[in-house]
Amino acid sequence: MISIWFFIGISLAVNGALICGAGIYQVINPPVNPNVVLFNLHANVWWGAVLLVIGLFYCAKFAPRRQA
Amino acid sequence: MMPALAMYVATQLVHLSAVDVVIIAFYFGLVLAIGFYLRGRANTGEDFFMAGREMTAWVAGLSFLSANLGALELMGWAGSAYQYGILATHWYWIGAIPAMLFLALVMMPFYYISKTHSVPGYLKLRFGEPSRALSAVSFAFMTVLMSGVNMFAMAKVMQIVLGWDINFSIWVSSLTVAIYVTLGGLRSAIFNEVLQFFLIWAGALLIPILGLYEAGGWTNLKLQIAARSSEQYVHLWSGLGSFTSNPMGIHWTGIVFGLGSVISMGYWTTDFLVVQRILAAKDIRSAEMAPIIGAGFKMLVPIIVILPGLLGLAVLPMKLVPESIAAATGAHSYNDVLPLMLARYCGPGLLGLGITALIAGFMSGMAGNVSAFTTVWTYDIYRPLINSKGTDHHYVNMGRWTTVIGVLISVGTAYLVMQFASIMDYVQALFSFFIAPLFGTVILGMLWKRATGAGGFWGLLCGTLSSIGMWAWVKLDPTALRYVALSPHAKALAQDMYQALWSFIVCVIVTVVVSMATKPVPASELTGLVYGETKIPSIGDVPLYQKPLFWASVVVVVFFVLNIIFW
Repeated sequence: MISIWFFIGISLAVNGALICGAGIYQVINPPVNPNVVLFNLHANVWWGAVLLVIGLFYCAKFAPRRQA
Repeated sequence: MMPALAMYVATQLVHLSAVDVVIIAFYFGLVLAIGFYLRGRANTGEDFFMAGREMTAWVAGLSFLSANLGALELMGWAGSAYQYGILATHWYWIGAIPAMLFLALVMMPFYYISKTHSVPGYLKLRFGEPSRALSAVSFAFMTVLMSGVNMFAMAKVMQIVLGWDINFSIWVSSLTVAIYVTLGGLRSAIFNEVLQFFLIWAGALLIPILGLYEAGGWTNLKLQIAARSSEQYVHLWSGLGSFTSNPMGIHWTGIVFGLGSVISMGYWTTDFLVVQRILAAKDIRSAEMAPIIGAGFKMLVPIIVILPGLLGLAVLPMKLVPESIAAATGAHSYNDVLPLMLARYCGPGLLGLGITALIAGFMSGMAGNVSAFTTVWTYDIYRPLINSKGTDHHYVNMGRWTTVIGVLISVGTAYLVMQFASIMDYVQALFSFFIAPLFGTVILGMLWKRATGAGGFWGLLCGTLSSIGMWAWVKLDPTALRYVALSPHAKALAQDMYQALWSFIVCVIVTVVVSMATKPVPASELTGLVYGETKIPSIGDVPLYQKPLFWASVVVVVFFVLNIIFW
């Protein structure tokens, strides 16, 4: 049976990749009027990267083949 | 904005980008995929209703906590933190931690040994059919109504925050929940609750991190709140010496005896919605560890709920107002503080994750309600009262159909609330009527051998009726608040505390008096149900760091340290 932690890994990895990607796009193409406070910290880049790393770790550790 | 969603959008608090919509859509796809994957693993009654009783301590513990971590909880308590300050933290610390540890160390062994499917099921074993019927019918009825009320409230939030049409929110969320719970049963609900736990932290933790950065740290935040509101907004206990010296209008006795000793005990130890998750644990040690793990994380939840509310007091440029004023003036209400903070810090992607966390919280809360309703209906109402001769396969099919019907009743309730808004207040109040007396009945049943079936039934009934009576008294004559809540200045939350305390006392007194006047239950019938007549099974020869008592002690120490730090 596939572990619940594997599903969580998929969720975090996909969300992390999307968020990080959106953040990098904004770094390359900065909006004229960023409508968030502390835009200069580019939170979506590093927070997305953190989620991606945690997600990939969970995916690797709890991948179905390793459970067998 | 994707064209498919654009048609549902009117005016809104935040605007989603394409990547936000993809993240939300991915969540819906994932939960449905989990439901379809688990379809083949819900063929027996134990699988469908009890998740096969094979959950680890971590899965059961996080699910136990998540069942209480719904979207309305998050937004409501963040709003309460804005309104009442750090006092709202009491509902996460003294209003939860002692009760969770009590469940783990004192009550869980009895639930587990009796192999009951539900809390009403335990009442049947201990006090007989009348107590079970009273408890099961009230729980099933109220749970499904509460689910509908929450559904409407969440759809309303989605309308305000995202501009989504209410019908769209209600039907998409309820159909998704119906599909994955019908397919996978309790296991599917638990999987999605654990997923929701991670999504909530991933989606909400950035708010306090960036908020504290903007405010200049905790010390500066306290100074800013004191300057804008009152110094009492950042103290947990020091203002509770009198009813008038704190923003909530409550005395410390209400917090300690009403919230900490009755309401929280009632909710965390007898509300089947949360207890069901622990009953699915794979062994007695996991069943004891699960609430302790839940308690450890519960202490951290104020970081993503209370802190954003406090930060809102300091950094938001506008002043938030009560719901009634907001409706009349168009200003933002207290309950908008979390979405406002989300919009303040979260750009594309992060905003989608934050909204997904809210949707996940709502949907898993609804799945929890529906799965608990399904179990109580099938095992505590349908099987004993309507058809006691069905096969296991028959009861599983009944469970699947009940899931669909439960969702449809919830949808119906949501539309009823849409037409008659005052129903929401009545249903929420009704739900609270049963919690405190039920705790009185269950705890006396577990700890007092002399309690009899008649005592349990009449105690539960009188406690519930007394709670309804006090609520109606204050509703008809608001000056009665000075008697029920001991102060005319008491706010709604303070009234709830004292109402629960009195109804619990009524339940205990009636149970004791009736029990003493009726014939004792033979000791042989109490084995496995009552302290003193039950041999508590050993958790095995495990190292110290795997013992529930050790981790409960750690949680207790942290609990006291936190309360002293924020005194």
